[in-house]
Amino acid sequence: MARISFTGHLTRHLACPDADAPGATVAEVLEAVFADNPRLRGYLLDDQGRVRKHVNIFINDEAIADRDGLSDPVAEGDEIFVFQALSGG
Amino acid sequence: MAQVLHAATRKGLLTYRPGKGGAWRLDGTAFLGEPVSAALHDARDGTLYAALDLGHFGVKLHRSEDGGANWTEVAAPAFAEEKDRPPPDPMSGEWPPKKEGPSVALIWTLAPGGADRPGRIWAGTVPGGLFRSEDRGESWQLVESLWNEPSRPKWMGVVYDQAGMHSVLVDPRDSDRVTVAISTGGVWRTEDAGGSWTLFGNGMRNEYMPPDKMRDPLSQDVHRMAACAVRPETVWVQHHNGIFRSEDGGLNFTEIEAEAPSRFGFTVAAHPKKPKTAWFVPAVKDQYRVAVDGRMVVTRTDDGGESFRAFSDGLPQENCFDLVYRHGLELDGAAAHLAMGSTTGNLWVGSEDGAKWAHVAGFLPPIYQVSWGAEA
Repeated sequence: MARISFTGHLTRHLACPDADAPGATVAEVLEAVFADNPRLRGYLLDDQGRVRKHVNIFINDEAIADRDGLSDPVAEGDEIFVFQALSGG
Repeated sequence: MAQVLHAATRKGLLTYRPGKGGAWRLDGTAFLGEPVSAALHDARDGTLYAALDLGHFGVKLHRSEDGGANWTEVAAPAFAEEKDRPPPDPMSGEWPPKKEGPSVALIWTLAPGGADRPGRIWAGTVPGGLFRSEDRGESWQLVESLWNEPSRPKWMGVVYDQAGMHSVLVDPRDSDRVTVAISTGGVWRTEDAGGSWTLFGNGMRNEYMPPDKMRDPLSQDVHRMAACAVRPETVWVQHHNGIFRSEDGGLNFTEIEAEAPSRFGFTVAAHPKKPKTAWFVPAVKDQYRVAVDGRMVVTRTDDGGESFRAFSDGLPQENCFDLVYRHGLELDGAAAHLAMGSTTGNLWVGSEDGAKWAHVAGFLPPIYQVSWGAEA
């Protein structure tokens, strides 16, 4: 199980509470979360399943490397943070 | 039926309703802080649609059954995920490999699918895809025949990084006959609701292209396309370097030579019953893109483009920088009023066939689209 938490800015659009989810990669953890919250997928990933340009995903304190395939490994007890880069006016 | 005016802006969807003494009052703000790229009031069933460009979180579509008081998120048009991922490059050793494949970046226009096709909605997007819903936005299908058109690699992104579809015209006499325009990828016609397509748009001229491409229908930078409802053969185009009119549904166009303050602009509105009448909002072209000589005017032709009259009553006549985008001018269903919104956040309503204008509101966010609605 990994612990995953989301930027508060997402809650303007949909509910996404912190969750414990299984998975050996970021993709697997996210799929487990999307199973209960299918609308969340389109907020984090684009049509091709890539992490949206201004969304960042960290495992503990490291940004994931594979933003297109989400293949970064996740270990038991890891913390995953999903947040955004605020920009613009 | 009371008229309602919606303004899709950089900071939300603003809804105006008639107030005292003919004034308009702001009576609703939806999606505050979010860019609303398109709005559609579907007169067939009264549904209101709003397309959002959330930037960080992608393109979304919302639907309201009560004039904008309450909203439900429905599916947004999306390209199918391409499952095959390219292998790592053995020469560069780059990892991870990048995924190719399109993703909808913007819903640029929404159009109802015709009186006899309840529930059908068309969406034109950036990149230049056309999507069709048969269930009021619950689900969407990419019109693959146009997306897979062999000429598509020649389409160019001149507004955004990628080409975009901004105009979708459904023939009121045959809902399966649809004409679309792409910046820049030409004017296309289907007779079978998107099963197959024919390149239209002959006769237009694009000055910024190399000489041998200047008249290539694929290279035409149509900014906005509008048709006369009772005579859909009459199609008006505001093009990057001029105004064009077609009398055969968009297959062939003739350049309008009459002098107006400028032939450059982004928008056009066609009169639903008078084929020779259309409205334009001229601007200074290319690197400036502001009102001509700091004066805001709306032009109207009543003779098919032989001549234009410029109207300024009620519009700013000095120090004006307003620009009206593609979807920033719309005639109401009764052809009694025009609505106009600018990138500098001014909103007007025009009466007397666009001869007189009333300032509804200023200091608004940049306005992407104005849309008339109605409610009981």
